[in-house]
Amino acid sequence: MEKRGSKVEIEKPYISSKLDKAEGAEIEALIAASKEPYPDPVAWLDEEIQRNVLLASTEHIIDWAKRFSVWPVAMGLACCAFEMIAAAASRFDFSRFGMEVFRASPRQADLMLVAGTLTWKMAPALKRIYDQMAEPKWVLAMGACTISGGCFRGSYSVVPGLNLIVPVDVYVPGCPPRPEGLIYGFMELHRKVAKDKLIKKEKDD
Amino acid sequence: MTKQLSGPEVAQQIGEQFPDAVTGSDETAVFVRSEALLGVARFIKESLNLDYLNSITAVDYIDHFELVYHLTSLKNNHSIILKTKCHDRENPIVPSVVSLWQGADFQEREIYDLMGISFEGHPNMKRIFLWDGFQGHPLRKDFHLDVPGGGKASL
Repeated sequence: MEKRGSKVEIEKPYISSKLDKAEGAEIEALIAASKEPYPDPVAWLDEEIQRNVLLASTEHIIDWAKRFSVWPVAMGLACCAFEMIAAAASRFDFSRFGMEVFRASPRQADLMLVAGTLTWKMAPALKRIYDQMAEPKWVLAMGACTISGGCFRGSYSVVPGLNLIVPVDVYVPGCPPRPEGLIYGFMELHRKVAKDKLIKKEKDD
Repeated sequence: MTKQLSGPEVAQQIGEQFPDAVTGSDETAVFVRSEALLGVARFIKESLNLDYLNSITAVDYIDHFELVYHLTSLKNNHSIILKTKCHDRENPIVPSVVSLWQGADFQEREIYDLMGISFEGHPNMKRIFLWDGFQGHPLRKDFHLDVPGGGKASL
């Protein structure tokens, strides 16, 4: 329960005005905490796992397996969701990449595919779903609104960029992007997943 | 095609019942004083069979707010527009018509949320889209994003 942070405790029986106040307080706290964007993630695994030694060939197999079964969690927020659905349906069919299983539960998903305008009212729910996903996890921001707020940037209700709320791995621009664009984004994500090493490498810079 | 009732005719009917209520009329609309709104709405609902409320809209004219009620009779296939003005900008209050048309419930809450007009007699007068604690009413002409919680205008 402590992990929820800004969540205000609600006593029973539920009273609508108290729920409203709690929701408002949660959103205000998130707005106050979301002034700086998260850096785009490069290294994902924590120190404990990185110190474990694995054989390179094992790593290769793990990467290969991870790469071809990235299950997305359904997070269609606005019109981009239809392009996402089109990409999943028979014509474009991203089950070719082993990722046809849209999970309704974040606990079974590896990828959060955020398609559409993110509003401040939705942002706490999105963050909660992201927090519930098991590691390793990736985030793909689809469409102009998700990436930067799009044409609603500067509006009173729209989050100006998903990376204020969660770290983002792949950005797919477009309004909305075509399914081909989304599939290209997936392939970039697969490349990124395959490059994720379990053993920490020395940094070049 | 739905027949548009003439504003002056309806205004005359209302004027016979409520002498002080009507402030004016044009081709399609009748203007009434906001204090008399509920009584007038109940009267024309019954006399003209206006069983359907298409929409309620609020307009910000800076020196006053105007509320627009689109009313239709599905039985007689005619319609009329009822308008009322609210001059108080600090604390605008207008009578609620939820007791006459249930469909007014969410629309009045939306107007309260985005325009800041309170509806007296509404069963659940609170914000509908924006969250509790949001500062200001964003569809008002004088709303600025710089207020706390109002997003990031500078980005």
